[in-house]
Amino acid sequence: MIKTKVVSEPPLNFWERIYLPEVFRGLWITSKHFFRNFFLHLAHAFGLLRHLKAGVTIEYPEQTYILPKRSRTRHRLTHRPDGSPRCVACMMCETVCPARCIAIVAEEHPDPNIEKKPKSFDIDLGKCVFCGFCVEACPEDAIRMDTKIVNTAAYSRPAMKLDLNELLNPTSSS
Amino acid sequence: MPTLKIDEKEVTVPPGTTLIRAAKELGIEIPYYCWHPGLSVAGNCRMCLVEVDKMPKPQISCHIQCQDGMVVRTQSETVKKLREHVLEFLLVNHPLDCPVCDQAGECGLQDYYMKHGLYDSRLNENKVKKGQKAVPIGPTVMLDNERCILCSRCVRFTDEISKSHEFGIFNRGDHSEIGLYPGEELNNKYSGNVVDICPVGALTDRDFRFKCRVWYLKKTESICPGCARGCNITIETSHDRPTGVENERVMRLKPRFNDEVNDWWICDSGRYGYHSIDQNRILTPLVREGTAAAKESNWKDALKQACVSFQNLMAQNKEQIAILLSPMMTNEEIYLAHKLFVETLQLSRVLLLGVHPNGDQDDLLIRSDKHPNRMGAEWLGLIEGKEVTQKLVSEIEKGLIQGLFLFGQDIVSQFQSERLNGALNQMRLSLFIGSNYNQTVSSARMILPGASYAEKDGTFTNFEGRVQRIRKALFPLGESRSELEIIQSFAAQLGLDLPSQTSEDIFLELAGSVPKFRGMTYDTIGHEGVRPA
Ligand code: SF4
Ligand code: SF4
Ligand code: SF4
Ligand code: SF4
Repeated sequence: MIKTKVVSEPPLNFWERIYLPEVFRGLWITSKHFFRNFFLHLAHAFGLLRHLKAGVTIEYPEQTYILPKRSRTRHRLTHRPDGSPRCVACMMCETVCPARCIAIVAEEHPDPNIEKKPKSFDIDLGKCVFCGFCVEACPEDAIRMDTKIVNTAAYSRPAMKLDLNELLNPTSSS
Repeated sequence: MPTLKIDEKEVTVPPGTTLIRAAKELGIEIPYYCWHPGLSVAGNCRMCLVEVDKMPKPQISCHIQCQDGMVVRTQSETVKKLREHVLEFLLVNHPLDCPVCDQAGECGLQDYYMKHGLYDSRLNENKVKKGQKAVPIGPTVMLDNERCILCSRCVRFTDEISKSHEFGIFNRGDHSEIGLYPGEELNNKYSGNVVDICPVGALTDRDFRFKCRVWYLKKTESICPGCARGCNITIETSHDRPTGVENERVMRLKPRFNDEVNDWWICDSGRYGYHSIDQNRILTPLVREGTAAAKESNWKDALKQACVSFQNLMAQNKEQIAILLSPMMTNEEIYLAHKLFVETLQLSRVLLLGVHPNGDQDDLLIRSDKHPNRMGAEWLGLIEGKEVTQKLVSEIEKGLIQGLFLFGQDIVSQFQSERLNGALNQMRLSLFIGSNYNQTVSSARMILPGASYAEKDGTFTNFEGRVQRIRKALFPLGESRSELEIIQSFAAQLGLDLPSQTSEDIFLELAGSVPKFRGMTYDTIGHEGVRPA
């Protein structure tokens, strides 16, 4: 059984309900950050107050963020020593995927000791929620999310799909 | 009649009943691999061990017979430990390649490991590797010796049921392995059944291999239309994700237990005969002018055109119209067609014609009549007569018939007649209603795409008079429609008042008026079918 906890939203009080005070409070918070950062960056420029941290904007794409080691990024399929995919098309990842964005078609592998391999392997990044379950489920360590590629945007939905070739050679830009 | 106690529950069974059956009756589940209700008892897997009071050692419940006053325990700590250890033992040489194994998801080893195993394996020794992996042992079956647990079900099936004696167990002890006798090939008419009874992935189906994972399959109960036996089957489909075969929705057929019809089995031609559901299908109404290639049309125009020609013919002379109903049609379709053409339109030439030639027959399942519903047609008053058919064919050839309705029958290839071909082409209205392309489709003037048996509801009556249901597993392919719908829309186009009913409504009406079907409903037919009271 899944345990559920019922949480009720706290009711709005009088000041929140008359709306305007909340708007001004929001403006106050925004301006506070703005002026604080403005002042601190100016100070940093003159070599002052270095021990106080100011908010940072990364100027993507000229600069890129350094991702934590375990962050989940675009998928790739790993290789056997001979370069063929490790994946045996068991469809565990497809089965576990909560977004149903993986579609695999299996076929016979010429080597009966491997038996099975993917004929096609598609991941629709437009649907993927980057949960990493596929990686967890894989019994062959065939799928990983460690490419550090985060620029998955595309101009059309079909272009969001990765096929077997792109997954095996993840450097190709999506 | 011995009375005994299993897990504190008392049960009285006929003498000679085995413990495993008595427990089943009580709803107590005892795990087993080698036992199969349809085969002899081998007693070699040892999964079904239970404790019996006053017996010094645990007993295999598939073999031991119930005695009066027995006290049996199936859930004691000892029994649980035993199951765990037996399972561990069975898996000693098992490769555990579930990721590439087609059985995964319906595998006895997986299921029982989760239910009765859940141990940490203590095996440090190397596994004994047996034979090659993935060896085709016949046109339908693939053998993987590593996965075999030597339950001998396949051996017993080929010895006792198909009586073709291909399988044997060779070598001894740890090196025992399943195999075919030298020079043999597993190609009997029932070979596919060994895949069903193999509790593990040692025998897998070459036709199904890697097409789809079993947990993606949607299952619909149905009846095999391959012969008059009417074996109970399950149609297993997948149509919302890509599979190993493009443009096919049916992945496989499996037999469904019915001890009145087919027990646990089906023949291979039934099992692999499903490709016609998705292959070679007529997808749109077609209209042909003269001998030219047929042109795609739409339902509205085609029906209108058919009706205009039909009404002209009716106005001229009813005798030049012939309607050929088929024993491939369901009871509902035959009934409705009969109601329209005979009762309402008063046509005299409404005949039954089955075009599948008589085939082989055996003592197990296969019947020589390759039509699923000849008995039903008979009950509805349609009996096929050779002479009548011959007379009609020669009349068609002479051009005396100007309006012909065919319900799926490929008469051109059946009668092998060039003149028939030409006659169909010259006819004012030769209307073919059916699901698949054939030679007759290439000469008929008008073709309306019908549904396959997997795409509609209805009933068939098998040769023993058992009425059984087929169920809609898929939507009709392309623009095809069920025959009931076609008959109804044709009647509507003629301006007749034939109410639009579901097949269930029609069956109820039929059961009310045809004596043989009296009292039957879709509910009473249920999963197993019924015979007339
Ligand atoms: S990360 Fe999650 S959503 Fe994305 S493909 Fe894997 S399992 Fe599916
Ligand atoms: S779980 Fe792993 S081996 Fe299985 S299909 Fe997915 S990537 Fe391939
Ligand atoms: S037979 Fe069962 S346990 Fe063995 S590999 Fe196949 S699915 Fe897995
Ligand atoms: S192949 Fe299957 S049915 Fe035959 S003995 Fe082995 S496990 Fe049993």
